[in-house]
Amino acid sequence: MAIEDDVLVVGGGLAGATAALAAAERDVRVRLVSHKQSTLRHASGLIDVLGYPPAGEGPLADPFPALADLPEGHPYERVGAEAVRDALAFFDGIAGDAYAGAHTDANALVPTHGGTVKPTARYPAATAAGLASDDRDALLVGFGTLPDFEAPLAAAHLEAAGVPFDARGVTVRFPGIERDDAKVTRYAHLLDRDEPVETAAGESTARAALAETVRPRLEGESRVGFPAILGDDSADAVRADLADRLGVDVFEIPMGPPSLPGLRLEDLLFDALADAGVRVTTGVPVVDYETGADGAGSSGPARIDRVTVDRNGSEVPHSADQYVLATGGLVGKGVESDRERVSEPVFDCHVPHPGDRYDWFVDDVFGDQPYARFGLPVDRDLRPLDADDALEFANLRAAGAVLGGYDFAAEKSGSGVSLATGYVAGRRAAEGCR
Amino acid sequence: MSDAERPTDDSGDEFEPIEVFPEAGETDLRPGADDCYKCSTCDTECPVAEVDDEFPGPKFQGPEQWRLKRQDDHDIDESVMKCSNCMRCDSACPSDVPLSQMHNTARAEYVEENMSKLSREYWRNRMLANYRRLAPLGAMFPRTANFVTGLSATRWLGEKLLGIAGERELPEFATETFREWWTARGGPRVENPDKRIAYFHGCYSNYNTPEVAKALVRVYEHFGYEIMVPEQDCSGTPMFANGMLEDARRAAETNVRELAAAIDDGADIVASCSSCSMSLRQEYPELFDFEDTETVAANTWDAVEYLRVHEDLEAELEGTAVGEEFDDFAYHAPCHARNQGLDGQAVELLGLIDGVEAHDVGDSCSGISGTYGWKEENYENSMAIGAEMFDHMDDADATAGLTECPTCSMQMEHGTGYEITHTLEVLAAALVGDGADATGANATGARAE
Repeated sequence: MAIEDDVLVVGGGLAGATAALAAAERDVRVRLVSHKQSTLRHASGLIDVLGYPPAGEGPLADPFPALADLPEGHPYERVGAEAVRDALAFFDGIAGDAYAGAHTDANALVPTHGGTVKPTARYPAATAAGLASDDRDALLVGFGTLPDFEAPLAAAHLEAAGVPFDARGVTVRFPGIERDDAKVTRYAHLLDRDEPVETAAGESTARAALAETVRPRLEGESRVGFPAILGDDSADAVRADLADRLGVDVFEIPMGPPSLPGLRLEDLLFDALADAGVRVTTGVPVVDYETGADGAGSSGPARIDRVTVDRNGSEVPHSADQYVLATGGLVGKGVESDRERVSEPVFDCHVPHPGDRYDWFVDDVFGDQPYARFGLPVDRDLRPLDADDALEFANLRAAGAVLGGYDFAAEKSGSGVSLATGYVAGRRAAEGCR
Repeated sequence: MSDAERPTDDSGDEFEPIEVFPEAGETDLRPGADDCYKCSTCDTECPVAEVDDEFPGPKFQGPEQWRLKRQDDHDIDESVMKCSNCMRCDSACPSDVPLSQMHNTARAEYVEENMSKLSREYWRNRMLANYRRLAPLGAMFPRTANFVTGLSATRWLGEKLLGIAGERELPEFATETFREWWTARGGPRVENPDKRIAYFHGCYSNYNTPEVAKALVRVYEHFGYEIMVPEQDCSGTPMFANGMLEDARRAAETNVRELAAAIDDGADIVASCSSCSMSLRQEYPELFDFEDTETVAANTWDAVEYLRVHEDLEAELEGTAVGEEFDDFAYHAPCHARNQGLDGQAVELLGLIDGVEAHDVGDSCSGISGTYGWKEENYENSMAIGAEMFDHMDDADATAGLTECPTCSMQMEHGTGYEITHTLEVLAAALVGDGADATGANATGARAE
């Protein structure tokens, strides 16, 4: 017999976790099935809503008025602006002190590791002291063994971007790191556990040695920014300890993949899932589905009866009353392409795209790329639609990057769409349970 | 790689094309290497790279090293021996790169071509990998063996002579192996051509923890299954981890032959050890191509998962109790169980049994990873990896541990002093009774029935 739940969420990223948490608010049994590690590990950990409108100028000082002008089919247009606010409030409740930005509708401006400034609605507490709107001078500290962050270059870029403070970058050696290609988790582990390290002055501990390395470089700045490797499990303690030792505010600059702020957000979400009683199955893909008998013969859309999870060759059936598809986009592989077509691999939902694959892209790399908008069209209940605008299934909703109609990289809307659609899909799925 | 490095003049050097496709008989790893887009998610999941400055991480060990070797006649880097084969990189990769398959083949090549067959490391690893060959000796004289291995002098010698961590206590041998018990019992007590399983008990529940195997027998007979216990060799897990691929091939050949025969007799295969099931399901098809390898993989199940899908296990457990025998557990899901989608299973099922809860201690690796943590040179790193799990076990509202992997169990006990139970033992207590007939003394009584 199948493993039974009321709501089954397929996908374990921001959209899937939010959908499962929102569904679990109701008295239903929720399971989340996730195949590989989600693309949260590629993500900055920032929660953006809308930084740049699809047509027009940016960055936006306030994302909310712009939501009303989005084209039909955009995920925000589907769920409505109120749902975006509700979803943010829901996230704030889950994240607690770990995130900041809830005090205002306005976008915060967070410096990135490239020295650009990113507009975002919420940001990890670790980045709070680094905001570009803050006029205090900042020292950026990079490490020779971590070439993904070149502090002098990032500082120069920030100044060129016109930030209202002086930014200066220095590159130092991270005490305790020997190899040129040490993983970000190695840096974080040394600081988390405050492990013994060898320094020129003798044996020390990782946090003390790092503070002593940075102290002589300070030239009166009242805040110091590091690449986002300041601890994993004990990140708050690491930051506070460094701030205490240096007598300045300490902040993190979000990094590219693999990203500790993304990892921490994932941990935060999965802890919340455990607390909410959501059953979690990871490491295995959903590969197939069956529709029920009650859909056959009638003119209504089919109902998904069960899905098949492939556990290293054995096929394990899972059944639920309602399903949420949150498998990600082209990067997360919730949407796939080959030379012939673009498709959604689990339920084979319709993905609109030009027949000629040379029309999937434009030559300007940073141009208006059609492929960036590939994904599922949905109704206002987030149920996927087929080529004739009819429901694919009666009991399937989609959330996050698997949706089409928006370009999250250009708009800076990835997290917000995942939150808002995950929240709505999860709630509606739970409400729809028979 | 740059085209500029290629000789374009007619210097007389004969152009040698780069070998990108495998020779006959080799595994074709090219598609896997090409799928890597270098996001480094695997590196963030690697427990060894987090603590060991000498380990460059799975992205290097897998796709990068594979590509390097196409270009030039490079030796496999010796750091591959630092990989613990926890296989967390497999479930990390968003692009389905078969990382552990790449590590297993690279490690085998390193051992074959670069490790001295006269070295202490080789013989120590060979011995650890072939536990299945040594265990029968211990099992023949269990009391003597337990006495000798428990001596501090033995442990000191083990470290000095063999490089086996002296801090660890060697596992005790049972006074009666599971197979001895099974034979003495007269084999299956239930005959049922419609519900038949073949039990892959593996080495550890045969020689060291037969109580786990007996619990499986009680639970499956409770559900009316006929149990077959086919001939079997080691699953190969410790051999893969030590690059002893030829040893593993011999063992796998026996296992595939015997298990395929059981499948022909109408049985599905179940395993109680999560590394054994992982090996049969994933590593065999990735590394070997015996006839029926795929059939065995597709019909192998974790013993609890099988009941969950083929019986109404949840309804059956609802309202059962285990009385005084067990209290709450700190539960650790082994990495090899997580890779099979079994991570939440024990917590979900124990929640149905009255008077016992399993508190999940998080998704970190226990750090022992089979033979990895037994090696003197890895001991400190093994304990550093395990620290997170020990902390969480300490924080959990329980004073006993629960897991499905024998070596995770050793590490949990080593780090906390807790007694560690297998999930099947709890299910047996809940479904069948207080476990009286699982003990050696009462098993004799049971035979007299």
